[in-house]
Order: sequence, then C-alpha cells, then structure tokens
Amino acid sequence: MATERVIEAVGVRKHYQGGTEGAGLNGFDLEVTAGTVTGLLGPNGAGKTTAVRILSTLLEMDSGTATIAGYDVRRQGAEVRRRIGLVGQYAAVDEILTGRQNLVMFARLNHLGNAKGRADELLERFGLTEAAGQAVSKYSGGMRRRLDLAASLIVAPRVLFVDEPTTGLDPAARIEVWSAVRQLVAGGTTVLLTTQYLEEADQLADRISMLKAGKVVAEGTPDELKTRLGSDWLDLVLADPAEIPQVVELAAALADGEVRVQDVRVSVPVKDRTKALVQLANSLHEAKIEPEDITLRRPTLDEVFLHLTGAAA
Amino acid sequence: MNGLGWALADSWTIARRTLTHWRMQPGLVIFQWFFPVLMLLMFGGLLGGAMEPPGSSYYELLVPGIFALAMLFGLEGTMTAVTTDVSKGVTDRFRSLPMSSAAVVLGRCIADMLDSAVTLAVLVGTGLVLGWRWHEGLPSALAAFGLLLLLRFALLWVGIFIGLTVKNAQSVTMVQVLVWPIGFLSSAFVATSTMPAWLGTIAQWNPLSATATASRALFGNPDPSATATWIGTNAAVAALIAPLLLVAIFLPLSAHRFRTLSR
Repeated sequence: MATERVIEAVGVRKHYQGGTEGAGLNGFDLEVTAGTVTGLLGPNGAGKTTAVRILSTLLEMDSGTATIAGYDVRRQGAEVRRRIGLVGQYAAVDEILTGRQNLVMFARLNHLGNAKGRADELLERFGLTEAAGQAVSKYSGGMRRRLDLAASLIVAPRVLFVDEPTTGLDPAARIEVWSAVRQLVAGGTTVLLTTQYLEEADQLADRISMLKAGKVVAEGTPDELKTRLGSDWLDLVLADPAEIPQVVELAAALADGEVRVQDVRVSVPVKDRTKALVQLANSLHEAKIEPEDITLRRPTLDEVFLHLTGAAA
Repeated sequence: MNGLGWALADSWTIARRTLTHWRMQPGLVIFQWFFPVLMLLMFGGLLGGAMEPPGSSYYELLVPGIFALAMLFGLEGTMTAVTTDVSKGVTDRFRSLPMSSAAVVLGRCIADMLDSAVTLAVLVGTGLVLGWRWHEGLPSALAAFGLLLLLRFALLWVGIFIGLTVKNAQSVTMVQVLVWPIGFLSSAFVATSTMPAWLGTIAQWNPLSATATASRALFGNPDPSATATWIGTNAAVAALIAPLLLVAIFLPLSAHRFRTLSR
C-alpha cells in the first residue's frame, strides 16, 4: 500500500481558446504516491492551477488520461469527487455566514449525518472555536484559509488539492497555514500542493514537480533536485575586501566550476564537500587569512529552479 | 436516500444558505423587499395626479404593473448572487463536492422564489393600504399571483445564465441598468396606446406587459392597454407562453453553462 499511486496523469493536454484565461497544459505527467505531499512548483502561467482543476474534475482536458485513486477523472467524476478535497486560490467560503455555519453547510452537502458535530470538531482542530460564531468577513486572511482547509477536510479526503495556499498572505498567516497542512499530512492525507514559492515547496513537499509552460521539466525530492544541479557550495565571508583576489586564487584550485564573488562573499562550487573544506581551510590558514564565516551548503531550490527553467527557455 | 432525495436535500441546504444570509444581514434584505414599495409610492404619489385614469385611482392600474416590475427586478439579485459565487470560488467548491450538481442551481431557484414571494406579499400589503383591491375573488387573484411568480421563475433562469456567463461585477452593473428601459417599455406604468405606435407595439409584446395585463384582468383592475390587437386581447395566453418559452431556452443554456464552467 505504501507505494500505491493515488494520482496519476499521463500526457494531459489542455488548450485555452484565446489563451488569456490561464496557461494550458502541454503533455503534463504526474505520479503521486499515497500519503505524500507533492509540490507542483512553477511561475505564474506555468499551468499549475489548470492541472489542479483538471485533476479535481472542474475542467475537462483535451487529451490524455488522469486517475485519482484509480478512478478516471473524465468518466468517473462522481467517484473522484467523493475522494478529494479542494482548496482553491481564493478562500472559497461564504463571507456572510459564520465559520460554523459554513462548515455545517459543507458537511450537509457532503451528506454527513452529524453535520454540526463534524463542524465543531473541525473548528476545534483548526483553532477557530472562538471565532466560530463570527461572520467570515471579519476573519483575518490566515483564519479564512484555515476555515477553507477545514471545509475541504469534512470527509477526510484521500487526496487534497491545495492551490497556492499562501498567495497574498502575510508571513505570520503563511506559517499558520503551513502548520495546518503539516497536520493533515500527519493524518495520512495525500496532498498535491501548487505554489510559486520555492521555500514553501521546500518546507512542505516530499517530492517536487517543476512545471514550465504546461510540462513537468524536473521531478524528484527536494534533495534530489538540489543534487541534480551538481555541486555543493562553500561560502566564505571575508573581513577585508582586499583579500578577495588572493582567496579567489586559492579557491580556484579546488573549485568545480566558476568561483563567484558578491561584495565580501566568495562562493565556491565544490564536488567533494569535506575534502574541499579542509583543503581550503588549510590554505587560508597558511596564507594567514581569517574569514568571518565559512559555510558549506547545498544549492538552494531557487538556484535549481532558475537553472532548470532558465536552461529550458 | 436515493438520488432524487439527495438532490432535493442538497437544494434545500443551498437555499437555506440564502435564508441565513437574510438573518445575518436583515437591513440589506429588508431594503431589497421594500425597494419596489418605494417605486410604487414614487410613481403613485408623485406622478399619479397627472395620470387621471378614467373612473378610478391610478393605483388600480399601477399596483399590478409594479408587481410585474418587481418580478423583473428580481433578476438582478439572482444574477449578482450567481456571479459572486463564481468569482469567489464558492461555485467551484460546490462543484468539487459529491453533492448533486443540479442542487447548486435548484437551491438558488428555491431561495429566489421565496424572496420574490416575500417581495410580492410586501407589495400586496402596501397596495391594499393605498386603496388597491382585487375585484374578482380570491381564486382569480391567486391565479394572477401565480402568473407573476411564473414570470419570476422564467427570469430566474435568465439571471442564472447571465450570472454564469458575465464573470465580473461590471457586467452585472450594465445589466442592472438595462433592466430599467426593459421595465419602462411595457404596460407597467401607462397604457401602451399613449406611446408612439411602433414603441407601443414593442411594449405590448414585452412579456412584462403580457403578465401585467393578464394579472390586471384577473384582479379586475382597469387596463387601457388591453386593446383590440391580438396580443392585447390574448395577454393571458402570452403571460403563460412567454415565460415557458424563456424557461425552455434559458434552463438548458444555464445547465450547459454550469457543466462547462471553466473560469
């Protein structure tokens, strides 16, 4: 069961007439294993939302196949809808109703016997019990998002689609939402998350699919993607800018690529992490150069992302 | 519960949402219900003196006209509610639920018909206070109310279709403006015979006129628009056929639009 594929998409294509309504898909493939979080990462217009709308049966694809928990999204829409939750880009809750009234309504529409009981459970779980009787129009952005998440979890879906959950939220609200998503995952829900924030994907996702122009251009765990870019980096922060030329010369001897300099920071791509660190530390010591800081780091997802999407441009 | 049972239960859940809106925002909904009363008082009170209908009060002519007009104005509420839900993603949430998809639209339908029934009740009360009466007995009056609500039911589907199609609030405003000339180009306020001939003909064929004229006949109120033209003498037939025709066109269109929503 651990490797059961709950989302599978092969060669999905969608073309929008006029092209202004959002990016289409151009042979989109995706495989998501049960109980994982997959991040669909890409810039605006890459087709992230389109992919989610197709997988959640809201939009018809032109060609290709996609299944959710083994059910065809095109032919077995009702079965698919019974197993998914959707959190769209906007907090899709009724602003005039209270938080509680919203959840009771959605619970009724999910045909639950004890709609009120379920609503109260979810309010508690998402820390909204105190605000339960207030109109949603009085909620903060983070509270609305949490209510939105709660509404999509009424029936504990197999698969939860979360489309850009933190777009437009302030940092505090963003952290609130992240912790809510982590809770879900701990509960065993499979999550497909779209985001344009690399940090968000890095924080939440087990696997990342990078999307560009309606196609997945890279796929793997955050670590694999970082490794795929190749080298790790040694960052040196120097006390005296005058030392830069000498340090660059020393570093070039063991660098795996071009040494970069930005202000007093010298970044050295290296292959053999520990060996390079020791060698560089030794040669700096011999040259009597005392840097303020030395750090060894993996490439950031930003670097991977720019590398991959830039290269394909 | 079977499929039909769930469809009805879901529709009622959706309708109840609107009823809860009324409870949460009583000021707004009361204003909505009393807006047609304001129109009635404005036209009857301010312009009524200049109308001088032969042998009766202007209210006898005007009140059924305002009834019909209120049914037309209900269109705006339907449209606004539908557009708001689509643009806020609420419709998408409904569509991603395992609920009956017809219920989203049916629920809207139930809520708006209840809303119109209240609007009509408020207007009837005001009309009675102002001296308007029905003269042909209660069954006949009820038939007239039935015709009015039938018109509202037909316009509801027009509203749902436009609401699903326009996608933004600006377009809704445009339709809200257009409702006025459509309302005035009818027999709601004056006899169509007082208009230039070609305009009068258009006004007579306005479904709103058919309903106004037919309900005046059922209430026993005077109607100088019931002239010797075919549409003037067969208003009751037109008041039945026109709404059914609108439903036949816009119900399938709305259903299709709903199924293929792809914002």
